[in-house]
Amino acid sequence: MKTVVVPLGPFHPLLEEAEYFKLFVEGETVVDMDLKVGYMHRGIEKLCESKTFDQVPFVVERICGICSTSHPLAYVNAVEDLLGVEIPERAKYIRTIIAELERIHSHLLWMGLAGHFIGYDTVFMWAWRYREPVLDLFELISGNRNHYAMMNVGGVRRDIKEDDYGQILSTLDEVRGGTELFIGAVMDDPVIHARTKGIGVLTPEDARAYGTLGPTVRGSGIPDDIRRDDPYAAYDMIEWDICTYEGGDVFAKTAVRLLETVEATNIIRRCVEQMRPGPICADVQTIPAGEGLGHAEAPRGEVLHYVRSDGSSRPVRHKVRAPSLMNIPSFKVTCIGEKIADAALITAAVDPCYCCTERTAAVEKGSDKAVLTGGDLVEMSRRKTAQIRNDLGCVPPVEKLVRGIMAR
Amino acid sequence: MAESKTLEGLRQKLGEKIRDIEEKNERRTYVKLFEADLPDAARLLLDGGGRLAIITGIDTRNGIELLYHFFLAEEHRFITVKVLARKPQPRMVSLAPWLPAANWAEREIQDLLGVTFDNHPDPRRLLLADSWPEGVHPLRRDFRGLPK
Amino acid sequence: MKPSLWGLKKSPWVYHVALSPCNNCDIEILDVLTPKFDVERFGIKLVGSPRHADALLVTGAINRHVLPRFKELYEQTAKPCVVFAIGSCALSSTMFRDSYNIVGPLEEVMKEIDPNAIIAYVPGCPAKPEAIIAGVVKALNAL
Repeated sequence: MKTVVVPLGPFHPLLEEAEYFKLFVEGETVVDMDLKVGYMHRGIEKLCESKTFDQVPFVVERICGICSTSHPLAYVNAVEDLLGVEIPERAKYIRTIIAELERIHSHLLWMGLAGHFIGYDTVFMWAWRYREPVLDLFELISGNRNHYAMMNVGGVRRDIKEDDYGQILSTLDEVRGGTELFIGAVMDDPVIHARTKGIGVLTPEDARAYGTLGPTVRGSGIPDDIRRDDPYAAYDMIEWDICTYEGGDVFAKTAVRLLETVEATNIIRRCVEQMRPGPICADVQTIPAGEGLGHAEAPRGEVLHYVRSDGSSRPVRHKVRAPSLMNIPSFKVTCIGEKIADAALITAAVDPCYCCTERTAAVEKGSDKAVLTGGDLVEMSRRKTAQIRNDLGCVPPVEKLVRGIMAR
Repeated sequence: MAESKTLEGLRQKLGEKIRDIEEKNERRTYVKLFEADLPDAARLLLDGGGRLAIITGIDTRNGIELLYHFFLAEEHRFITVKVLARKPQPRMVSLAPWLPAANWAEREIQDLLGVTFDNHPDPRRLLLADSWPEGVHPLRRDFRGLPK
Repeated sequence: MKPSLWGLKKSPWVYHVALSPCNNCDIEILDVLTPKFDVERFGIKLVGSPRHADALLVTGAINRHVLPRFKELYEQTAKPCVVFAIGSCALSSTMFRDSYNIVGPLEEVMKEIDPNAIIAYVPGCPAKPEAIIAGVVKALNAL
């Protein structure tokens, strides 16, 4: 059969990031794929070498708008590893609260986009509606909806006021209610099962070989989590569980994210309960020569920062590794053998973040190449859902009504 | 300090080939090796339950220092293998043919620091723009910006 | 007023162009469409192709690799169109100004592509949803 090249994604129609995949297809089956990145490269590692240690958190915060606390957190972990300082207890709890709030808003954001991809725009709207109170909470705590600027070498930059505890806890209740609604919907809906189960399977062996991270690896049943394996902040001071799910398919990754959202609300609640007043930042005067390695579990997986200092006020080398760099190459095993209509969903299941890794988009031109845009792929994906819905007999109420009238 | 089984295995297997071991604290260990011993060490660390987290390249006076960070989840420890790719033509053996996790990491270093990885299965450009000139590597110390 | 400009003001359809941003402005743009702000009720709609768009929402400090793609994309957009520079990066490149891979803020890039382009600026890091809505309203009133 003739192999056709399908470029997936010029500037993507809805996913807030554009990326460029070349899918090689025979009929409807993906036989190979190639990725081009480089559209997002901003040279941040080099920029950090020209900033002082105190300025770097602001730069790394802007690596990615969604993981905008995981990068500074990994960076301060790295510098604190270099220094060997112990940070105040209250700062540890505040770091944990901010990191977990970020996990909630990121997972809800992903949930919405995934819903959109399979043609469930209601899920999209509801997920983003429940995400909004979390952003309000961030505004309350840090003064900005995103880019919170909370991390500081030695502790945190601002305290959380005791007056705000009430709103934090009530927001958690609201988010938890919403997430439980999603869990019920995902577990019960036969269409979602048909669209996501057994699709884009990442086996535990492949997950290991590609070094995948975060919900991508936990969705393959491997309990890898930096928060437990190399505890930072307050994760060794409170009780919590790692969320894993067997299967490695899109469904498993969705389940892991939903369960983690619920667990995150528990973690924040415990932190708020256990937190006692006290200092929030250790005294750090100079950074000596040496090297430090720090990491943090971002919503998408481990973020790793390596810092080397020569005793001056600026790092000699600052290396950043975002989780998507390890997760994206695994598309090569998850997409091959699947239908094109599923490709958009499978790639989205990893929650790829190209700002962290990089970012892509291009329009491929060529006489013998079938050109589909990202929009076409989303459309195909939605048509498939409609088809399954029909086959299963779950027709939306309005359509049922129309059909009933037509049949009369 | 808690002993690491994998580190002990590395010590026994490579013996005198290890140039230096620095145990910074119980969660971070740095092992200096010769270039030729890198694949053996990597295999040992992976068999010990480790995963390759990333490769860091640093431009130093004698060459490009490459740091292979392996994270051992069960032992709660990072073991970083340091090797040096000597200037003027820095080269290193590629791990990508048998370790997919190294693929993009090596391509990134090839772009930004100009290290050639021998036998890399896919040595195309990864990050830099198509219009970026060949042989210019932005993370090298002697990089002074592109001519306008 | 020219009919084409008058037409532009009614239910503007927007196309989102991410030119190496950090993702945050992009998410705030999407946020404007979701229930809390919900601008779709005013006929503002995110479309999947620049050929359908009345306005381009540009975010990010523009890098070398994405620049030629943006040129192509701007040429495909139906004219007249409004180009929105959303967020501090698109306005001034902010902290990425000195990076080796950044070509400059949107204003300078647009000078080369189309000196007569209509550009509207929405500052903020990231630009808040309220600011994006206010910016769009101001730009449409100024046409």
